[in-house]
Amino acid sequence: MSKEDYEVVIGLEVHSELSTKTKIFCSCPTEFGGEPNTHCCPVCMAMPGALPVLNKRVVEYAIKAGLATNCSIAHVSKNDRKNYFYPDLPKSYQISQFDMPLCTEGYVEIETKDGPKKIRLVRIHIEEDAGKLNHDEYGRGSLVDLNRAGVPLIEIVSEPDMRSTEEVDSYLKKLKSILEYIEVSDCKMQEGSLRADVNVSVRKKGAKEFGTRTEMKNMNSFRSITRAIEYEAQRQIEVLENGGKIEQETLRWDEVSGKTFSMRDKEDAQDYRYFPEPDLAIINISDEMIDDIRKSLPEMPESRRERYVKELGLPEYDSNILTSSKYLSDLFENATKVCNNPKAVSNWIMTDITRILNEEEKEPNEIPFTAEQLGELVTLIDKGTISSKIAKQVLEELFKNPKSPQDIIKEKGWIQISDESAIKEVVLKILEANPQSIVDYKAGRDRALGYLVGQAMKETKGKANPQMLNKMFLEELNK
Amino acid sequence: MCTKGVKTTCSSKMLENFVAPYNATVVEKLEDEGIISLGKLNMDEFAMGASTEYSAFKTTKNPWNLNSVPGGSSGGSAAAVASQMVPWALGSDTGGSIRQPSALCGVVGLKPTYGLVSRYGLVAFASSLDQIGPITKDVEDSAILLNVITGHDEKDSTSANVPKKDYTKSLVKDVTKLKIGVPKEFLGEGINEEVKQSVEAAIQKYKELGATVEECTLDIANEALATYYIIACAEASSNLGRFDGIRYGYRTKNYETLKDIYKNSRSEGFGAEVKRRIILGTYVLSSGYYDAYYKKAQKVRTVIKQEFEKLFEEYDLLITPTSPTVAYNIGTKSNNPLEMYLADLCTVSVNIAGLPGISIPCGVDKQGMPVGLQLIGKPFGEETLLQAAYTYEQEVKFRDKYKPQFKS
Repeated sequence: MSKEDYEVVIGLEVHSELSTKTKIFCSCPTEFGGEPNTHCCPVCMAMPGALPVLNKRVVEYAIKAGLATNCSIAHVSKNDRKNYFYPDLPKSYQISQFDMPLCTEGYVEIETKDGPKKIRLVRIHIEEDAGKLNHDEYGRGSLVDLNRAGVPLIEIVSEPDMRSTEEVDSYLKKLKSILEYIEVSDCKMQEGSLRADVNVSVRKKGAKEFGTRTEMKNMNSFRSITRAIEYEAQRQIEVLENGGKIEQETLRWDEVSGKTFSMRDKEDAQDYRYFPEPDLAIINISDEMIDDIRKSLPEMPESRRERYVKELGLPEYDSNILTSSKYLSDLFENATKVCNNPKAVSNWIMTDITRILNEEEKEPNEIPFTAEQLGELVTLIDKGTISSKIAKQVLEELFKNPKSPQDIIKEKGWIQISDESAIKEVVLKILEANPQSIVDYKAGRDRALGYLVGQAMKETKGKANPQMLNKMFLEELNK
Repeated sequence: MCTKGVKTTCSSKMLENFVAPYNATVVEKLEDEGIISLGKLNMDEFAMGASTEYSAFKTTKNPWNLNSVPGGSSGGSAAAVASQMVPWALGSDTGGSIRQPSALCGVVGLKPTYGLVSRYGLVAFASSLDQIGPITKDVEDSAILLNVITGHDEKDSTSANVPKKDYTKSLVKDVTKLKIGVPKEFLGEGINEEVKQSVEAAIQKYKELGATVEECTLDIANEALATYYIIACAEASSNLGRFDGIRYGYRTKNYETLKDIYKNSRSEGFGAEVKRRIILGTYVLSSGYYDAYYKKAQKVRTVIKQEFEKLFEEYDLLITPTSPTVAYNIGTKSNNPLEMYLADLCTVSVNIAGLPGISIPCGVDKQGMPVGLQLIGKPFGEETLLQAAYTYEQEVKFRDKYKPQFKS
């Protein structure tokens, strides 16, 4: 048998940090970074006697995420303690939710090559993040930083509904986009605000029963998730093909070697001793609260996409890309408001902006300039103040040193020459210097015109209005 | 209770040098009233015990007989008040730790309704049972101190949002409108004969003072004790996890791996009774045993609450002994944990149901050791409790008749 005879089955537990201003059980800031142990208080440092108070915003955000992923919202929910020892977990228990999560039974719809597919969600629950261990540069041990301890998380647990790394990739992208749209998480993977535990098993195609699964914890890039699944599926197939059995275990993915390793032996199997958190009250959620949150949900990507195609006349492909990220979509909409030229804005985003982001390995949310500045750039082109060639330079400048494009072109002296007499002067000068081109043109070689325009642009450092140049060269040549 | 800048040890080697970086809410409230803290008092380690013998540091003696235990776990507080070293003290009560030492030391100890006093800054033993309360020489002081420490606290999610009351208004000598129930199960087996006689005499006194007193049934004593030890130990096993030798408190010198730090710090830092309860609590929460122990205990807890609710449809308050015995000699029970657990027989059900309870002295035995009378009230029924306690106290004038002798 070969790899083609097997099917890979994948389920994900995605942890997403919520973008509330304060932590889940105290009023410390959730801000990323900061000197170690400066965003802390007795509560998140687990001083003796300190008690948690649930941040209401966290509940709202989780419900928002639940509604945006078609979940049922519980009317009665509670927190539970998950007990285990680790130095980044100051209380020696994590306050999480066990048997009464806030949201249950939802789904996320993804596009696959066989059409749309629903990835079912088991649940979404709230919990607190742990701190961080930093390894002492002198090799004397680990240092505990509790700035992240108590940052709110939601855990989104999917059914094992994914069958390929492509499906996993679209699921994660879709989920990320939803969380960004509803503004509950900034999903910055490089800051660890979106992480996933990946469950993988394989089975013979057509089999009804699932195979034994293994789990890889705390993966924080789409690329490593894809690589890890591919490696792990292949490893499992090889074990089975060689007559072996898959052990249900937690594995560690090693990015450097591109392999998975067993993390702990079975003797050490964790018993988290979950029990209801006695320091917190039951969470009661009224229909009114759910309705209010439902009303506050913004327009979702599907609906925006449809609007772009139908009302703005954008191609389906472009609309898909634009709406895949809320940042891009917002950038597009707000820039369009300024310049009223959706197609031009879309083109800028689809081509040059995307190219620069790729070159600099940046996420759309790291674009340094504002939508207003982009809109202004498009207006300047439309009004003929700058050429599109200059506009590209302005865009590069916007990435480096964002400010009003108007100011940039003034400072750099990039204003397009549209003055008729000035253009005429350049045209005559170029014609005089290139008699051979006139001859060529008259002999029917149209390329000569392009050459002359190019020379004129060079002469004016790209500032001459290209349409006017064209027109005037033709007038002179056809005289 | 955490006191900023002052050692907060819980009488444990684990916190021997721990200086709290913040004040408990009750400490803040006392300071706001200008009350000066004279010091901190001995207790059983992490409030686990009924004799103060499980302190990692010192043995507290009972002022009435220096060979006897003061009770516990807030034995230091009760002994300090009884010996008039301080006018009043605070204690914490998870299963009787205010009322039982108050009974054994002949002073007044009040455990408020769960949620009436903020637990913020109280080093947690069992979160769903712990309450802070006053230990005082008389009922009037109890009411005054209760006025200071009560009030809703946003830092404690289990703090009740009820209007603040002036408890001194309850210092009225009148029980004629009260209907009192006496659960016969708490005056039967396991209760020392002399204790029983003192309590029965007090019941008789209430009748004479014009209260309606009836015998009633509350057949939960044994279940309450089992339920208490399961729930309290389960919560404690989790609450005490933070004492791991990583951030503060005792850390072993003897380690190479992370596991060694945990294992040795906790083995060396905790005393035997604390370890016993952590092990018990860990066991009852373990997968495979959770349903049989913890979950079942929670169900029994609901039944116990309902049983009390039924009685309180009929009665304004209930009377029982506070402790099944008077103070006994130091060293006689400390090696027999099961016998020690029986000291909580009359008090734990009050914590399980979250009710208020007060212990007031009601006499002495032949050796001159004080006996405590426990009054149990409805949720947030502290006013009725205080009034009934005050009426009895004014009538009997225990303090005028009996004083600690410091005999040895």
